Amino acid sequence: MTPSITLRLEHAMPVEHRERLLRIAREVDLKPDTRLFEEGGHADRFWIVRDGTVALDMHVPGRRTPVIETLGTGDLVGWSWLFEPYVWQLGAVTTTRVRAYEFDAVAVRLMCDDDAEFGRAVGRWVGRVLSHRLNAARARLVDLYGSPAAFLSGGAG
Amino acid sequence: MTAVPVPHLVVDRRRDTAETVTLRLEPVGEALAEFAPGQFAMVHCFGRGEIPLSVSSVQGTGGLAHTIRSVGAVSDGLCATRVGDVVGLRGPYGTSWELEPARGQDVLVVAGGIGLAPLRPLILGALAEPEAYGRVSVLVGARTPADLISREELEQWATAYTGVTVDWPDTGWHGDVGVVTQLLGRAPFDPDRTWAFVCGPEPMIRATARDLAQRGVPPERIRVSLERNMRCATGHCGHCQLGPLLVCRDGPVVGWEQAQPLLSVREL
Amino acid sequence: MSVTTAPAVLDRDGLDALVTALVGQGRTVVGPTVRDGAIVLAELASADALPFGWGVELEAGRYRLVRREDGAAFAHSAGPQSWKTFLHPARERLWSADRTPEGHVSFTPEEPAAPDYAFLGVRPCDLRAVAIQDRVLTGGRYEDSGYGARRRRALLISVDCVEPGATCFCVSTGGGPAADPGYDLALTEVVDGDGHRFLVRVGSEEGARLLEAVPHRGADPATETTARASVDAARDRMGRSLPPVDLRALMGASLDAERWDDVAARCLTCGNCTMVCPTCFCVTTEEVTDLTGDHTERWQRWDSCFDLDFSYLHEGPVRSSGKARYRQWLTHKLSTWHDQFGTSGCVGCGRCIAWCPAGIDITEEVAALHTESETER
Repeated sequence: MTPSITLRLEHAMPVEHRERLLRIAREVDLKPDTRLFEEGGHADRFWIVRDGTVALDMHVPGRRTPVIETLGTGDLVGWSWLFEPYVWQLGAVTTTRVRAYEFDAVAVRLMCDDDAEFGRAVGRWVGRVLSHRLNAARARLVDLYGSPAAFLSGGAG
Repeated sequence: MTAVPVPHLVVDRRRDTAETVTLRLEPVGEALAEFAPGQFAMVHCFGRGEIPLSVSSVQGTGGLAHTIRSVGAVSDGLCATRVGDVVGLRGPYGTSWELEPARGQDVLVVAGGIGLAPLRPLILGALAEPEAYGRVSVLVGARTPADLISREELEQWATAYTGVTVDWPDTGWHGDVGVVTQLLGRAPFDPDRTWAFVCGPEPMIRATARDLAQRGVPPERIRVSLERNMRCATGHCGHCQLGPLLVCRDGPVVGWEQAQPLLSVREL
Repeated sequence: MSVTTAPAVLDRDGLDALVTALVGQGRTVVGPTVRDGAIVLAELASADALPFGWGVELEAGRYRLVRREDGAAFAHSAGPQSWKTFLHPARERLWSADRTPEGHVSFTPEEPAAPDYAFLGVRPCDLRAVAIQDRVLTGGRYEDSGYGARRRRALLISVDCVEPGATCFCVSTGGGPAADPGYDLALTEVVDGDGHRFLVRVGSEEGARLLEAVPHRGADPATETTARASVDAARDRMGRSLPPVDLRALMGASLDAERWDDVAARCLTCGNCTMVCPTCFCVTTEEVTDLTGDHTERWQRWDSCFDLDFSYLHEGPVRSSGKARYRQWLTHKLSTWHDQFGTSGCVGCGRCIAWCPAGIDITEEVAALHTESETER
């Protein structure tokens, strides 16, 4: 595992739960342009990217599929598997070769049900990822760079 | 002696994006003192006025240059100058990035939008001495691919990691999409022995510094560049106050331990 | 400086001679005089123009001239102006630039054509204010050259305060009615059965030379005692005071106080307080071009932190609310001024109280902030 993945999960989850989770991980090596999931599909898996980039996108008829956000090393791909009705809200596709840990979401959910401590740890981890994504989305809503604000690059005049 | 502008000739003019232009300047006669990366000059556009502009290139490496975004009467006038025109310059003013203390440590540069311009000479300085520093990473966020400055340079810089992300991709964009803080997880740095240099819109600075501090980078090793209304640059006009700071004198570059409590007070 | 000249006494004729001597030296003598219903600072041709027999009555938002029976010339407290009007004028050209048809540009610094000022009647609070502006405008890495030139050539004759106004609070800012060093000559006005006279202390060699040039006599014990007693009495007759606490810390801890809302509801953000304040130094700059477009000038003029444009950045002001602007003014004056220049920015002259059209009283606001901080504790 790359240090950066260890670090991210380490911040998010106590070591015993992290190790339990990683024990059921399956290492995958995906070609560029591999679709991981499509909006509306059944959310039965998720991934942690070890290397490479995954784009989250949205299908708009008659338009090039817009990329909402890209995810890279250490990032969690997919969270809809944790919340009913377990349906993907966006699509995901690899844009490079991607090496990742793939998880069986059904198995993880069962583990969460069996062990409340583990369940809480997973919930907290995914919750934290979600709060980051929400904050990032909000920051982009403001269109910071669109306003003239940028250091001493034109100042007040 | 009240500082009076020194005439400088525009020797090169390059359009970076639809809104920004980089002017390379050479003194007509007397030269100004050497600028350090992060410092700024008061740049005078004849008949329009003066604005503070940080240097995007310093005398030592490539000659003095300013990257200017046209957002008002003076910056519009400066962006419209042509090679051979004369502008007035006084400086150098303010604090600099101070790369020296980062020797032997990882260097993390985080830029938002045109905030990359003041960081450019710092990046060049670090890359010029690869053996002196640890891993050098450059993270850049921009609104769209068309708003990226120094795009070709970004591809050439021999960093440990260069990440570029945009808020709104266009059809030709195959890079990252999202906020610049998202790239922090991908850059190789050891928080205990890292110096971070952050420049961009204030909310981006706050978000980045918060994230870095949470990852364990000590606040005093997170150097950020502040911006306030500057009229004189010599500490006499009072306009650039930010609480106890006169940004033209005590800034623009300050440590996050100093900036954080000030930026957290609304309308300070 | 080693000036050991013993105190002396000037009578009315001596004061006349003093002004005449200064005018004779080619100095521009500036002092208090009655004009437009106020005691203003203006150029004096002779000592006759001093406000003999005039006093003032002050309250928050109120200033009135009153007749005095004793004929004293300096028994009045601060008027609407201060010495910054002369040392740090409201408008000043910094430099000009010219462009030739070939596109050559040259910049010409303004050579300060400063008169040699002699200020007569500088109150001790204002003497401290001049020292504060000295630090701000000449004490840092860069000097405001116009100010520096005028200041270095100015001669300062202070007059101790024996008649503090109802809005005065210099004692609670660490000052007092007696002049601190920094003067060339310091006068104390004495009017009693023995006549109208001025006790003179010498503060510089130039002051000593000036004293030598005018008729004077050695100070007699009675004049010295009376002078000291009236200045001491003035110390206890301040109309107002700031709370005796660490104001710098109080301001620093009060950034989110509720009191700011209260004062903001009364404040008109007119900026009068900053215009009359003897230490407020903020300026802005403007570019003035002639019709040919090939001659341009850079002018500096007084600005106020109450002006909405003052903190303008990119698309709008940083301090858009009146509350933030009042807070900036007060916290700067009493707290962050220390960080920036090593002193407080307030000398307790009371001008901001008297000349506030809404009658906002700095001492009352600080007391309220103090009470609020105590209540929260």
